Amino acid sequence: MTALLTEATPVVDTAVRLDHVTKSFGRAAAAHVVLDDITLNVAPGEFVCLLGASGCGKSTLLNLVAGLDQPTSGTIDVPGGRAALMFQEHALFPWLTAGQNIELALRLRGVPRGERRAEAQRLLELVRLGGAHGKRVHELSGGMRQRVAMARALAQDAQVLLMDEPFAALDAITRDVLHEELIQIWQETNVSVLFVTHNVREAVRLAQRVVLLSSRPGRIAQEWAIDLPQPRRIESAGVADLAVEITDKLRGEIRRHVQH
Amino acid sequence: MSSTELTSTELTGAAVEPAETKAASASANAAADSASDVSDISAGLDALETQTVERTPLLRVFTSKVLPPLIAIALVLAVWQFAYSAHLKRPDLLPSPLDVWNSLHDQWLQGTILSVIWTSLSRGVLGFLISVLIGTPIGLLVARVKPVRAAIGPILSGLQSIPSVAWVPAAVIWFGLSNATIYAVVLLGAVPSIANGLVAGVDQVQPIYLRAGRTLGATGLRGIRHVLLPAALPGYVAGLKQGWAFSWRSLMAAELIASSPALGLGLGAQLEFSRENLDMPGVLATIILILLVGIGIELLIFNPIERYVLRTRGLLTARR
Ligand SMILES: Nc1ncnc2c1ncn2[C@@H]1O[C@H](COP(=O)(O)OP(=O)(O)OP(=O)(O)O)[C@@H](O)[C@H]1O
Ligand SMILES: [Mg+2]
Repeated sequence: MTALLTEATPVVDTAVRLDHVTKSFGRAAAAHVVLDDITLNVAPGEFVCLLGASGCGKSTLLNLVAGLDQPTSGTIDVPGGRAALMFQEHALFPWLTAGQNIELALRLRGVPRGERRAEAQRLLELVRLGGAHGKRVHELSGGMRQRVAMARALAQDAQVLLMDEPFAALDAITRDVLHEELIQIWQETNVSVLFVTHNVREAVRLAQRVVLLSSRPGRIAQEWAIDLPQPRRIESAGVADLAVEITDKLRGEIRRHVQH
Repeated sequence: MSSTELTSTELTGAAVEPAETKAASASANAAADSASDVSDISAGLDALETQTVERTPLLRVFTSKVLPPLIAIALVLAVWQFAYSAHLKRPDLLPSPLDVWNSLHDQWLQGTILSVIWTSLSRGVLGFLISVLIGTPIGLLVARVKPVRAAIGPILSGLQSIPSVAWVPAAVIWFGLSNATIYAVVLLGAVPSIANGLVAGVDQVQPIYLRAGRTLGATGLRGIRHVLLPAALPGYVAGLKQGWAFSWRSLMAAELIASSPALGLGLGAQLEFSRENLDMPGVLATIILILLVGIGIELLIFNPIERYVLRTRGLLTARR
């Protein structure tokens, strides 16, 4: 059911390639290394969860892949061009309606004016919010906002979807629903997903591959391939068993820090 | 990626045959079942979480918004009338509210009142509009270009603390008793406050919006147009509102001091004219007109715009 990946499987073509990426903040002597020598490949159409304790550099890594920040050393390659990033907070523009937020993403992608409205409506229906086109962001519930944000990220039609703890602030039932919707969308499109979370069960529920980051500095501690069939349920025994195994490893990582 | 080729019927039905390691076809039926399940649950959740905002009834608006200022005005008039009746001052120094009302009424009968208001109002509005045209690019430059901010940022906020009346002598020396003097004073009063409002608006933009804009591809001018300016709008509108108040104040100072028959009779000049004639009811009547025009523009134009901007962003209830 689970296999330890001792060696990175040779990838012919990749959606995201990080090659010996290091990132530190601050200057010279006071520099504080957040990511240390990260080498990671995400295959086209692959769903990878990045797992790690708070502050281990998960957001930093996604920002690097999204091009919002530059690595201190190493190279990052996104062969399909720009990656779409879904932030931890919805980051929707409050001066626009839900539909206009999506239309703006389409416009910036170069979709002609006449097609934007229908395409935005299609994306809203994809996240089951067909009636929300004219709603203002503040009129939507937290779960609806995350879904609009998901639709806006999909509107970029990028090969790679980066998601930074997108469901962390939601209640369990809403999160289950969004997990299900995300997996369906992923199966229907051929997008690669790099999904950050610190929730082990969420990672096992969603991913084909779970990558555990250690803290201070962030390094890849271990990887698991997960071949449980989708749709999975977060409370199923298979998910729980593997989650226990990964949690133990994660605890070990965290404990390693407490001791010295 | 294939998302653009999908139709919505495919999406609610069974998953399209996934590539490689994705769901086995055996689970397709289960997926279809759980798909309708999920849409039920999410529809239920949405219904639970969405709130409808009700408009406040008219009577409540009247008692909470209209009545209090009316009572305050009535109180002021009562105190004023009492002071007059008690002869605290000679009647020519302290006229009664009725005297002032009669003065206004006379001006109305003479037909001068509207033209006097119009002279000032048109100057105020024109001066304000020119200030917007000048203040906006200055504000943008100061907010976005570091050397510019270092160079003129402090001066710009310092300028706001100079009372506009202090500019009048300088303007008179430069431009003589002309319209140019009046507009110069208005611009010196209003441009800094409009520019500062925009700078404050831009500074308060949450970085997450700029980052989100960048990941969507809004960089450079497109970023300014689609993200920065709309995000800064609440601060900008507040700056415009303050800019109007500064325009109007500066205009009155300029008209009061630089009054000359050649310049036409505005409210400020009429104030000076009434003073020369020792016409205290006329002085008070003109002050009331200045107040009414200033407040009127704010209430009729700027407040609705500001409320609209804040309401569409869900910021209005938080401010109350
Ligand atoms: N701009 C910055 N300047 C200095 N230090 C930073 C900066 N951004 C992040 N850091 C540091 O880098 C480390 C990793 O931050 P990051 O936000 O990537 O963590 P994270 O894994 O996403 O945590 P969480 O799960 O809490 O979101 C933290 O110690 C943080 O203090
Ligand atoms: Mg984070």
